[in-house]
Amino acid sequence: MRKLYEMSSDLPVLNLAALNRPGTPAGAARFEPSLVHALLLVTCFAASIGIAQAQAASGHPSVLTTLLKWAPLILKGFVFNIAISFLAMAIGTFFGMFLGLAQISLLRPVRKGAWFATHFFRNAPWLVLLFYCMFLLPFKFTLFGTTVPFPDWMKATLGLSLPVMANVSEIVRGAIQSIPTGQWESASSLAFTRRQTLWMIILPQGVKRMLPPWMNVYCILAVGTVLASVVGVQEVMTLTGDALSSENRPELLMPFYSFVLLLFFAYCYPIARWTVAMEKKYAVKI
Amino acid sequence: MSEPYISVKDIHKSFGNAEVLKGISFDIAKGEAVCIIGPSGSGKSTLLRCLNGLATIDRGSIRIGPHNVHEIKTDQERIALRKDVSMVFQQYNLFPHKTALENIMMAPVHVLKQDKAEVEARAHALLKKVRLAGKESHFPGELSGGQQQRVAIARSLAMRPSVMLFDEVTSALDPETVKEVLVTIRELVNDGLTCVLVTHEMGFAREVAEHVYFTDEGVIVEHGKPAALFANPQHARTKAFLDQIL
Repeated sequence: MRKLYEMSSDLPVLNLAALNRPGTPAGAARFEPSLVHALLLVTCFAASIGIAQAQAASGHPSVLTTLLKWAPLILKGFVFNIAISFLAMAIGTFFGMFLGLAQISLLRPVRKGAWFATHFFRNAPWLVLLFYCMFLLPFKFTLFGTTVPFPDWMKATLGLSLPVMANVSEIVRGAIQSIPTGQWESASSLAFTRRQTLWMIILPQGVKRMLPPWMNVYCILAVGTVLASVVGVQEVMTLTGDALSSENRPELLMPFYSFVLLLFFAYCYPIARWTVAMEKKYAVKI
Repeated sequence: MSEPYISVKDIHKSFGNAEVLKGISFDIAKGEAVCIIGPSGSGKSTLLRCLNGLATIDRGSIRIGPHNVHEIKTDQERIALRKDVSMVFQQYNLFPHKTALENIMMAPVHVLKQDKAEVEARAHALLKKVRLAGKESHFPGELSGGQQQRVAIARSLAMRPSVMLFDEVTSALDPETVKEVLVTIRELVNDGLTCVLVTHEMGFAREVAEHVYFTDEGVIVEHGKPAALFANPQHARTKAFLDQIL
């Protein structure tokens, strides 16, 4: 007779027994796919350098040397992308929290207004929002007699924070509404006000549930920052383009853009894995 | 009988087209313990939820001590009512992110604004009273159902309410742990706390209640002293119900 953990099934419920299967430490199993993914990407990157080298005309410096020469500039651009992503995430999260709370307001106009704003920005293409911010916002404004410049990258950051705000708003609303109604009822039976219930009982439980989807939004935003190149911000894609045009060697296209790809992968992939781990940790626990 | 502490007169309540309470009236004196029994869907839980304002009634009146529950409009009045009338739920509804001690202390500290040290001392005493001394720093997820329900009772008691409502508090428990919760409730009744219990534990109702109400389809079919009602039900519907479960 087969033991329970040796059976397999399409139903995850029945496969729970497999979790306790002896001989596979949980850690080892978890890191295997991420290693495979990373190796695959590095191999592709190496292959793109090899192919480029084979195509290169004689007399030029090697592809690798050229890439290394430009790497500091490209990396500088990449760091700028990450800075933009941090800032846009902070702004988006701040306003998204309020928008999300407004979505569960008892006041109908507030609730409806927040709902409309959330869905408007959630369903608008990011690039369109970016263009709106670029062309509708002034390049400087005057505050109390002093002129404050408002550079392109700041406008782009603001543009990117709009969809983040809308997504965070939905995450907050969803997490709050996923808390069992019994929590609200027992809190109000203990004479807590609605505001106290929200801040002391509902939100502390909701934050755990918000964290994984919030990190997902961050990953999407981080890779989305390259959109800023379209509106001329000096970020990684723009700088890579600049480097390529000054070299004027078509065979460099693949290795250079593969390098950029690798940078984003190395940055976002661990966050994505972490998110998955966190989702597992917080799943089903009520 | 002196002036009743809880006075319910002809209350009606509908959810959409379904009328769940069709004119219910009763009086409960201070310090009295009453049980409400009856089949599922007879409106028992709704009745209890109307008493502390979790549900509003369509018609009739409810007075509990100084509170005219049917006239409550503002949050302030609702909160004042709930400081006096506490409720324990079938699913315990403890706050899972707080320890047993914190669960008990939260409302007195943040709602009643009482001194934290004094509340903590009281919380320890209450945990001892429900036989859970030593479980102060356990989270609800680390306690059994019966233990969680006793923490929930202690949490309600910490508010020093004048009335406790128990909504089928043993229905989610296994038979062994039911007893430990019932023992706790019996002590409260013996202490003279006004209690309204919705229950399926007929033996317990017979033993602990001073008055038993049998409800079916939104009305009180029959009520009386437990000894009389259980031994000699007058109404055919009550007979049929008791025959089914006793």
